[in-house]
Amino acid sequence: MKMNVLLFGISADLIGASRLEFELEKQSSVADFKELFQEKYSNVTQLNSYAVAVNENYASDDLKLQENDVIAIIPPVSGG
Amino acid sequence: MSNTSVKITAEKLDLNACYAFVADDSCGGIAVFVGTVRNSTQNKEVTQLDFSTYKPMAVKEMQKIADQALESFEIEKIAIHHAEGLLQIGDVPVIITVSAPHRKAAFAACQFAIDTLKETVPIWKKEHFSDGEVWVNAHP
Repeated sequence: MKMNVLLFGISADLIGASRLEFELEKQSSVADFKELFQEKYSNVTQLNSYAVAVNENYASDDLKLQENDVIAIIPPVSGG
Repeated sequence: MSNTSVKITAEKLDLNACYAFVADDSCGGIAVFVGTVRNSTQNKEVTQLDFSTYKPMAVKEMQKIADQALESFEIEKIAIHHAEGLLQIGDVPVIITVSAPHRKAAFAACQFAIDTLKETVPIWKKEHFSDGEVWVNAHP
């Protein structure tokens, strides 16, 4: 299934894009996504940590993804 | 009428508007936090800051903080406004105002709001120096 991935802050610089499409097996979880994403875009592992949001909410690793979900890579935030 | 005002804008933040929003006859005090752009980081001179946001999610997360503050503290109203885009030294990236019948709750809620914003709201600041730039907190 096709996923839309948004990249922000330093993650966009590391990967060289602010959005991309990513193909996943049906029934994939956030953990599955992270594993495959890091395989394909290994630069993201230069971050000490990052969170994943699905459809504009922070998502835990066990959340199951649906086709066309919007996934966002959230590097450590620094607002305020 | 809503007791929360949450906003991300590329315009200059309006302290008077944040103050006026929370002002209420039932309140004995208003706590105000104004964030300002500092001219140095670890002894290095900062020339300007660039704030980027995941705007729809950032607004949702700021709204959660405002709602949580209303639930957890004895306060009347809260405004959380954040700027995006390029800011210069002395500019204001964030304003939080809180009104409450008694000052203690206003201070506590204001501190809760800025501390939580810095932890959860998807906003990133890039510091520009005379010789380069760096994403704050990113540690690549």
